[in-house]
Amino acid sequence: MHRYLFVLWRPVQLLPVLFGISVLVFAMMRAIPGDPARMLLGVRSTPEAIARIRAQFGLDEPLWLQYVYFVRNLMHGEMGKSIIYRVDTLKLVDARLPPTVLLVAGSVLLAVMIALPLATGAARHRGRVLDHLIRLVSTIGLGLPAFWLAIMVILLFSVSLGWFPVSGYGSDWLERLHHLFLPCLTVALALSAVLTRNLRASLLTELQSDYVTAARARGASENRIFWRHVMPNSLIPTINLLAVNIGWLIGGSVVIETVFAIPGLGQLLVKAIVSRDYMVVQGVVLVFALATVAVNLLADLLTVALDPRVKP
Amino acid sequence: MSAATGIARVGRRALPRGSTLSVGIAILAGWLLLALLCPWIAPYDPIAQDADATLLPPHAAHLFGTDNFGRDLLSRVLWGARVDLQMCVVGVAFPFVFGTVIGAVSGYVGGVLDTLLMRLIDIVLAFPFLVLMLAIITILGPGLGSFYIAMALVGWVSYARLVRAQVLTLKQRGFVVAARSLGYRRGRILFLHLLPNALTSSIVFAMSDCVLVLLSGASVSYLGLGVQPPTAEWGVMVAEGQGFITTAWWITTFPGFAIVVLATGFSFVADGLGDRLGARP
Amino acid sequence: MTLLHVRDLTIEDRAGAALVDGVSLSMRAGEILGLVGESGSGKTITCRALMRLLPGQGLAIRGGEIRFDGADVLAYSEAQMRAVRGRHIGMIFQNPASHMNPVMTVGRQIAEGRRLHFGASRREARGHAVELLRQVGIPDPARRVDHYPHEFSGGMLQRAMIAVALACEPRLLIADEPTTALDVTVQMQILRLLQDLRDRLGLAVIFITHDLGVVAQTCDRIAVMYAGRLCESGGKRDVLAAPLHPYTQGLIDCQPSSEGGVGPMPTILGQPPVASRFPAGCRFHPRCGHATAQCEAGQPSMRMAAGADGHSVACHHAADRPRAVTRPDRDAIASA
Repeated sequence: MHRYLFVLWRPVQLLPVLFGISVLVFAMMRAIPGDPARMLLGVRSTPEAIARIRAQFGLDEPLWLQYVYFVRNLMHGEMGKSIIYRVDTLKLVDARLPPTVLLVAGSVLLAVMIALPLATGAARHRGRVLDHLIRLVSTIGLGLPAFWLAIMVILLFSVSLGWFPVSGYGSDWLERLHHLFLPCLTVALALSAVLTRNLRASLLTELQSDYVTAARARGASENRIFWRHVMPNSLIPTINLLAVNIGWLIGGSVVIETVFAIPGLGQLLVKAIVSRDYMVVQGVVLVFALATVAVNLLADLLTVALDPRVKP
Repeated sequence: MSAATGIARVGRRALPRGSTLSVGIAILAGWLLLALLCPWIAPYDPIAQDADATLLPPHAAHLFGTDNFGRDLLSRVLWGARVDLQMCVVGVAFPFVFGTVIGAVSGYVGGVLDTLLMRLIDIVLAFPFLVLMLAIITILGPGLGSFYIAMALVGWVSYARLVRAQVLTLKQRGFVVAARSLGYRRGRILFLHLLPNALTSSIVFAMSDCVLVLLSGASVSYLGLGVQPPTAEWGVMVAEGQGFITTAWWITTFPGFAIVVLATGFSFVADGLGDRLGARP
Repeated sequence: MTLLHVRDLTIEDRAGAALVDGVSLSMRAGEILGLVGESGSGKTITCRALMRLLPGQGLAIRGGEIRFDGADVLAYSEAQMRAVRGRHIGMIFQNPASHMNPVMTVGRQIAEGRRLHFGASRREARGHAVELLRQVGIPDPARRVDHYPHEFSGGMLQRAMIAVALACEPRLLIADEPTTALDVTVQMQILRLLQDLRDRLGLAVIFITHDLGVVAQTCDRIAVMYAGRLCESGGKRDVLAAPLHPYTQGLIDCQPSSEGGVGPMPTILGQPPVASRFPAGCRFHPRCGHATAQCEAGQPSMRMAAGADGHSVACHHAADRPRAVTRPDRDAIASA
């Protein structure tokens, strides 16, 4: 099982990236023009109050020391206090994380459920009407703006058909699923366009492989060849594609949460940006970056599990 | 079945090889023309309000209807083409130039510089694209200018990676080795011999990147952090119409279609170029 | 007893060019036939046609007859054909690395045929795969069976592919240049393995190659193809020692001599023609030193040569010319 040992040491490899992320997030918030203390207290604050705040937050210290404080606070689970909500950002993140995770996970699931049959249909009917149609639809799908698609989906399924609620999140699990279906569908439609195109291309490449001829020569049926030989080989690059797209997916969820008024991290981020709640922006951006790194780690793991050729 | 194959045969004949490229170019050229001519062809002033003509559904006088301020949506979509096309061009140009130069130099020079730049790219790529852009816009304040700067700061990494990889393979090729053995200066080799060859895939990628930039720009504007009202921009228009979807579907629908058509044009050109140049990024 | 009988097999591409034209072959059980020719001569296509697995799109069998064990293979449905592939006819390929599924264990690929054709259970098929790996000479087969193709060396992988082809104890094995991609030392091992399998299992083997040295070592009979047509066939010794077709003669002359000859390497002048522009008449005549007007006008058909048993040739002038003079190194090939 030595192949899986890298699960333990890969995070160590990731340390430079994690360090870079924290520096970048820290630097971005220091790059905001204006005095943070004055911003915190308002324009008409007294010089004494400003000095007190500066001392309290370590703003008088040199930058590197401020960074050390920043990391130390992170270790202690403090991301900085929100000026709107008057609580630590971590508390906010904690409450907003589940809807976003559900949204992203549900979207990936739905997107795979849409893309798999489409790519299969296109690849197995290469050059015929079905293939052309699927290619056209998926190419157009690449250019669908998520926020607009969301509104169109609401218009169809909520307003006209009345099948799903227009917005919100719901209180129990069943209600949440009901509320999250349309948002997931929206993100999934956009993602499935990318997946379909790539899976189709890799299926077609694999179908031309020599090992397919060899499998035919030992009497395997076309169905068996497709599902047992071609599909596993084609899924490996697709998983990597999913991982690469996770950042893009999170971006999509930010917009979608705003459209559907889902109380997730994305909505929190947009609200914080609009109200200039910098500590919250910093915290959410950091969490999103860490999540992206984690998902990529997961994809690496999955690739090692699926592709015997990959040696970590 | 026979009808379907018949249609397929007709379709294949009507759309010969390379047709994706021509259809894509036609779409882009069409939008460009509309954007250039909109002062003359747009029937109304895109920001002129008309209290007597609010929320009118599409009809002869207002082909796309009007919004809650009585503004003509057709005119706004046409004028929006100016903003959105400009967004694509500028939003792609900066990352393209920065990324290409950085990637080429990094790949060619190698060493510590290359290692450091690659680490930086890893770090930038660790952030979700849109989230990092939003963070930068937070610092700079909402607006189109901030969007461009954010785009340049975030977008260059893809180009840099692509061009670096190309340069690394091209470096080993005969003509570069030949140029080096002739004693040409490094800069000359890089920019006159290597870069033109490395650019192909970068240009194809730029075309598909236009889709990403268009969608990002429209999204940012939709969120109220990009182009500011009352300027006619498609993302802004979708946001403005959102409150009226149950009563006036046309306000959101038409600008959205405009985005889809323009994006599809870019995708077609990217696909067509990729097929023709044999470069699929 | 005749195991395989091919008569007048003709295969055309979409444009109607005959890539294989009127080829007839016949094989008995336990026989090794060397099918020789330059690349593009149609030898691979001919053998793929036996399994009805024509490479590439647009190729179609336009005429002729293929009888395997007396049954008309061309009349089979696709399902019937699948029951033959792997079960009665096995195939091994030139490049073992690309012909193995990289994400499936070697053992499961060997077991696949067993499971498909005999409905064997996973365990039975695996056990059988271990046994096959042992038979083809892979050390520590019980461990190797769970390895993936990339963990095998080229020679080992070719052995594994032979095991795949042998899984259902087929009676005909088609070996499409099985040693071309391998080191010389490994080549010898694989050739010896094939001969050994023939001796033990009574396999008939069609050995596709362009290497006459390999043919001389391994085969019982030889069939030479040029530009989609058969030009000479017969017993190994007859054909190599006394080639009747100028092309065969040329091929033998082109073999590098082990003693290091003097002067330039002999070659056959010109290039083999492409399928769309096969010349009229005898297809070899533009490159043939003995060509006459008759060769330009009409295609020669395969005719029995006088004297030698089963030695036939398609040349208008085979009878006119004296039997070829032998060079010392050619004798070496023939007696190998």
